[in-house]
Amino acid sequence: MSSIDVPLRGNRFGSTARRDLWWLGPVLTLLGLGTFVVYATWAAFQGNYYRFGPYLSPFYSPEILGDPQHAWAGGWPSWWPSWAASAALLILWAPGGFRLTCYYYRGAYYKAFWADPPSCTVGEPRKRYRGEKSFPLILQNTHRFFLYLALVFLVILALDVWRALWFINPQTGQAHFGIGVGTLVLAVNVVLLSCYTFGCHSLRHLVGGGLDEVSKSSQRHYAYGCAGCFNRRHMMFAWLSLFSVMFADLYVRLCAMGLWSDWRIV
Amino acid sequence: MAVTTFRIWRGCDEQGEFRDYTTEVFPGMVVLDAVHRIQAEQANDLAVRWNCKAGKCGSCSAEINGNPRLMCMTRLNSLPLDRPVTLQPMKTFPLIKDLVTDVSWNYAVKKEIRKFEPRPPDAQDRTWRMSQGDVDRVQEFRRCIECYLCQDVCHVLREHSLHDRFIGPRFLVHTAALEMHPLDNANRTGDLKDRHGIGFCNITKCCTKVCPEAIAITDNAIIPLKERVVDEYFDPVRKLFRILRP
Repeated sequence: MSSIDVPLRGNRFGSTARRDLWWLGPVLTLLGLGTFVVYATWAAFQGNYYRFGPYLSPFYSPEILGDPQHAWAGGWPSWWPSWAASAALLILWAPGGFRLTCYYYRGAYYKAFWADPPSCTVGEPRKRYRGEKSFPLILQNTHRFFLYLALVFLVILALDVWRALWFINPQTGQAHFGIGVGTLVLAVNVVLLSCYTFGCHSLRHLVGGGLDEVSKSSQRHYAYGCAGCFNRRHMMFAWLSLFSVMFADLYVRLCAMGLWSDWRIV
Repeated sequence: MAVTTFRIWRGCDEQGEFRDYTTEVFPGMVVLDAVHRIQAEQANDLAVRWNCKAGKCGSCSAEINGNPRLMCMTRLNSLPLDRPVTLQPMKTFPLIKDLVTDVSWNYAVKKEIRKFEPRPPDAQDRTWRMSQGDVDRVQEFRRCIECYLCQDVCHVLREHSLHDRFIGPRFLVHTAALEMHPLDNANRTGDLKDRHGIGFCNITKCCTKVCPEAIAITDNAIIPLKERVVDEYFDPVRKLFRILRP
């Protein structure tokens, strides 16, 4: 590789000739992601108020261990530490890892949290730089494996929406069809999560982008086109789905706590 | 008739400074027009590289109010003119004089990228057939005018001066145009990972933002190349399939 002799000129942290509000984007990202991380961590450690009627908070789905009546594997074993007895702690690493390694979020949080760089053409706080070429950031290359898990989660969350259509009559104990605001909240959340996941750069690559002649397979060509369509709005869906999943948890939580009433539409 | 001040970098690296030039500006003017006016009336020795004045030659790249842009495509009415407009050369490359930098490093890098290697002709007339859809994908990359604004804004080169280990967004786009070409048979993933340093890119998308040709550099060139490197070197499942495949 050719080298070059570029004299270093004052690269102080934050120095730039830009006059626009270059700091606004990183600050909004910091606030948005920071709010989500703080809320999700708090909600995950609660271990209660995650179910209301047929609604299950997306932070707690699938409920592998937890409520003996509903959880896949029953109640918590006696030896399980009580502070960690939360179904969310068992599963949130998967969607969390998907977002953490997402190409869009990487670029956003490198700027907002590490100032690497703070913004385009703005001086950085450190001279040393290794990028994603060595540990630990080389682990970002695991994104596609988190994608596979995220696709499974989409199916599970879609099933939760189906279950959220069936309300138990307290008098008869029979399930009957209905739609509440909570059903719509969970449904919109799944739609937004799907739009985000289907626009994933790794998915676009796996369904056809990795081929030089993708048009030779009509199915893969179609899938590549669809993924590309979602991919062009990846940033928008990344933010919308982030807030929708947080709001869905908040909605179920407040209903379960009795602070909000779920309004039945049908 | 409005008057605007331009704060232009004069001199070479060691003995340079910003100097203010005040000149008349008219509706429809671009930054390069104002620079030419200053050059004609006040600073005959002002060095500025330009050619087409139409955003197609990529010669007049500079940093306008800190943003890498083509001077010929930046209209004055898009800038705040109540304060001096700052004009400085691209920071990533060695300065020759005033607004002119030495971009020859880029030519040397381009020579090191593995060339196009077409597969043997497979049509009856001893030529090839390609699908328009497959060609369209790489056609986006061929819009590049080599203005090197993306190289200038890339913090790996600009802030960390890793010119000897990272080829920069422009040449990742060039590599993508070759690597994704429906006729090309060469495999450049090893070079991308090791010699071309694609892992240094941390996807800040600054290159995409400054591209005057609106090429989706990060989304359509760099990330797909990163994914190809993952296919080859970081995906054990694929590796297993490759071993088991007859």
